[in-house]
Amino acid sequence: MKLLDVSGLPSYRNGHHSLMWWGTMGLIAIEGTVFALAIASYFFLRSQSNDWPMGAAPPDLFWGTLNLAILLASIWPNHWTKKAGEDGDERRIRIGLVVCILFGLALLGIRVYEFAALNVAWHDNAYGSIVWVLLGLHTVHLLTDVYDTIVLAAVFFFAKPIEGKRHVDVAENGLYWYFVVYAWIPVYAVVYLVPRLPS
Amino acid sequence: MNPVLEKTWSDPPGFLGWFAAVNHKTIAKRYIVTAFGFFVAAGLLAALMRLQLARADNDLVSNDLYNQLFTVHGTAMMFLFAVPVMEAMGVYLVPLMVGARSIAFPRMNAFSYYVYLFGGLMLFGGMLLGIGADTGWFSYPPLAGPEHSPGKRVDFWAQMITFTELAGLLVAIEIIATVFKLRAPGMTLGRMPLFVWAMLVTSFMILFAMPAVMLASSMLVMDRLVGTHFFNPAEGGDPVLWQHLFWYFAHPEVYFIFIPALGFMSMIIATFARREVYGYPAMVLSLILTGFLGFGLWVHHMFAAHLPELGKSFFTAASMLIAVPTAIQVYCWIATLWTGRIVFTTSLLFTLAFFFILVIGGMTGLMVASVPLDLQLHDTYFVVAHLHYVLIGGAVFPLFGAWYYWFPKITGRMMGEKLGRWNFWLFFVGFNVAFWPMHHLGVQGMPRRVYTYPAEMGWEDLNRLSTLGALMIAASVLLFVINVVKSRKPAPANPWNAATLEWATASPPPAYNFDRIPIVRGRYPLWSSDPVPQPEPTHVTGLAEMTREALATSVVDAIPDHRPAFPNPSPWPFLGAVAVTALFIGTIFTPWAALWGMVPVAVAITMWFWPSRKETLEHLAVEKRPSERLDA
Repeated sequence: MKLLDVSGLPSYRNGHHSLMWWGTMGLIAIEGTVFALAIASYFFLRSQSNDWPMGAAPPDLFWGTLNLAILLASIWPNHWTKKAGEDGDERRIRIGLVVCILFGLALLGIRVYEFAALNVAWHDNAYGSIVWVLLGLHTVHLLTDVYDTIVLAAVFFFAKPIEGKRHVDVAENGLYWYFVVYAWIPVYAVVYLVPRLPS
Repeated sequence: MNPVLEKTWSDPPGFLGWFAAVNHKTIAKRYIVTAFGFFVAAGLLAALMRLQLARADNDLVSNDLYNQLFTVHGTAMMFLFAVPVMEAMGVYLVPLMVGARSIAFPRMNAFSYYVYLFGGLMLFGGMLLGIGADTGWFSYPPLAGPEHSPGKRVDFWAQMITFTELAGLLVAIEIIATVFKLRAPGMTLGRMPLFVWAMLVTSFMILFAMPAVMLASSMLVMDRLVGTHFFNPAEGGDPVLWQHLFWYFAHPEVYFIFIPALGFMSMIIATFARREVYGYPAMVLSLILTGFLGFGLWVHHMFAAHLPELGKSFFTAASMLIAVPTAIQVYCWIATLWTGRIVFTTSLLFTLAFFFILVIGGMTGLMVASVPLDLQLHDTYFVVAHLHYVLIGGAVFPLFGAWYYWFPKITGRMMGEKLGRWNFWLFFVGFNVAFWPMHHLGVQGMPRRVYTYPAEMGWEDLNRLSTLGALMIAASVLLFVINVVKSRKPAPANPWNAATLEWATASPPPAYNFDRIPIVRGRYPLWSSDPVPQPEPTHVTGLAEMTREALATSVVDAIPDHRPAFPNPSPWPFLGAVAVTALFIGTIFTPWAALWGMVPVAVAITMWFWPSRKETLEHLAVEKRPSERLDA
């Protein structure tokens, strides 16, 4: 029996080579579908109504736009941390994760004000329900990814020694954050700009 | 048998070890047994309905109980049996068929099982407590809304949906990652067994369809519990939104059930026709095409709702079109059987029943796909007949064929062929006796979901016939159980002389699946009689044995790529599922549970992820970092 020796292969690889990349992309596909369907539901309800936004002023722009700016700015530390994960540089990983967590916490704090600036409650009417769900969905993603990043940082600070596949986890966590950022762009446009269009 | 590998990959022993199991075969067996249990339970509810309808003006069950019976029957059959059992067969078989040591993300797999189990128990538990859901398996608002369904019944139903769909989505991710990354070297995409293709297509459909029903069930629960107005027309909502979201999921759901069954067919027919399936590329393309077209049909469930005429015409056309890829596969199987040397086993009989029953279901499908006929037949027993011909003929018969076929592999024991024949013929005849009369009843105008009917309608004889058929099916399923329990004869590794990799290992397979991962040269590796050219290797060596190490290969060509370390058993997926269950049940009683319920969930998931020092050291002992050259 002639055998193929694979012992020379590495134990982990980055990007689409890794299982973790496929797992993350699977989650992104699922949650991207949820966002798309929630937005579709928004337009469905809007198409059934002559009055949009229903009996309410459009949401105030300030806090949501500020969050948009911070989210877009977070691409930079996220990219830097993702690169550190791909390089397996644990010192840079620790710094990067801490910076990413700070960004995430700032975003979550501002998000509270965003809910207050919607000018409608979820129980007022269907318009209120769908904008709360859209904003809530995105908030759940912020929350879970920030928590995930905190746990990952804790592993890198407190659970030494670190095996190499954790570097891949850092890189894929960065990939997921891109999704959280890019998902906000259409959600922002729907929640803040569509109510300002002539219906 | 390799004792070192066996020790490395085994689940922990003992009672507590039971909760820490992560082996894909262990979890899949639990999934299959649980799904079968829900099948029997939901079947008994159906038998009770049939007994109620056997006589006009019958009062065996009350109106209220009858509503619960058909709701829990339909919900359990679709959400707790049909979809999960197909995924479970994939969880067991896909890693073996692609020559892998494990499924990808084994802990997530264990988590998904417990979430599914608890969700299912919740549905039946609600029924036992007298608060069973009673608004039909698609629970349309406004009937299912807060005004017309007060109490907790629909809340239990909606949370159960969210639960079980979560489990289904996680399994879909595992199967996609396993198929794309863990195939044995040489198993290019073009050499994958057709069942693996079927599970891959199904898993992708699940990713893009199931989120719709989770969103819808969450909206329904919010309408009921926190006063949102998604489906409340008085406040700008629209019940038709529910129908769109539900059927956008639930039509593809039929294909989550049907496509794996097509995969079973292709495996079983090849083995018992003793030849390769005719037209492999056509088969694969048909599966993929079905996967796409399945998303273009949902509105045909809504023809009776007020919709634009052009939209209805589009969905009629799409519904007719999907017959084409199914027909291609049927013709390929006929060609395979025609030119093969057929071995009539019970497994093949169940498979062949597909041709008869599914084709009838397909014909009535063409009928109800046309709007004018549909408006006549909508909500009558004709639709009940149609959907059972499609689902039982298209999925349950092939599934029983698959159980007879893979039972020796899973348990290491052979089932009896003689009892198997009785099982099959009783099922086949009983099925047609039970459901054929429903076509007539539907055309005569008998509506579905009525708990009784007056004698002067003249529906009694056909109903009694139908009940007789239902009892025959019940007897047949009992024979199946007896056949399982009675099986003693030990099974060899490859009792059917089949061709795919799961038959290359012992029955039942060891914890680590394969002594050495094989190298694949064709679509039917065990049938290849050509000697391997001398310098070419036949198996893989060099994977660590003291720790859980697998072989990852490239997506298209399955070229060896790296050696990922797999996680050890852990009780945290189980505890995480308990925490998620507490959260879901808690939210039924107070919305604040969504907040405090997050804490135990976060703790469990963190502990699940937190690296064990022992495991890390094991992995580090064999770890090789990627070189610059490889990453380039």
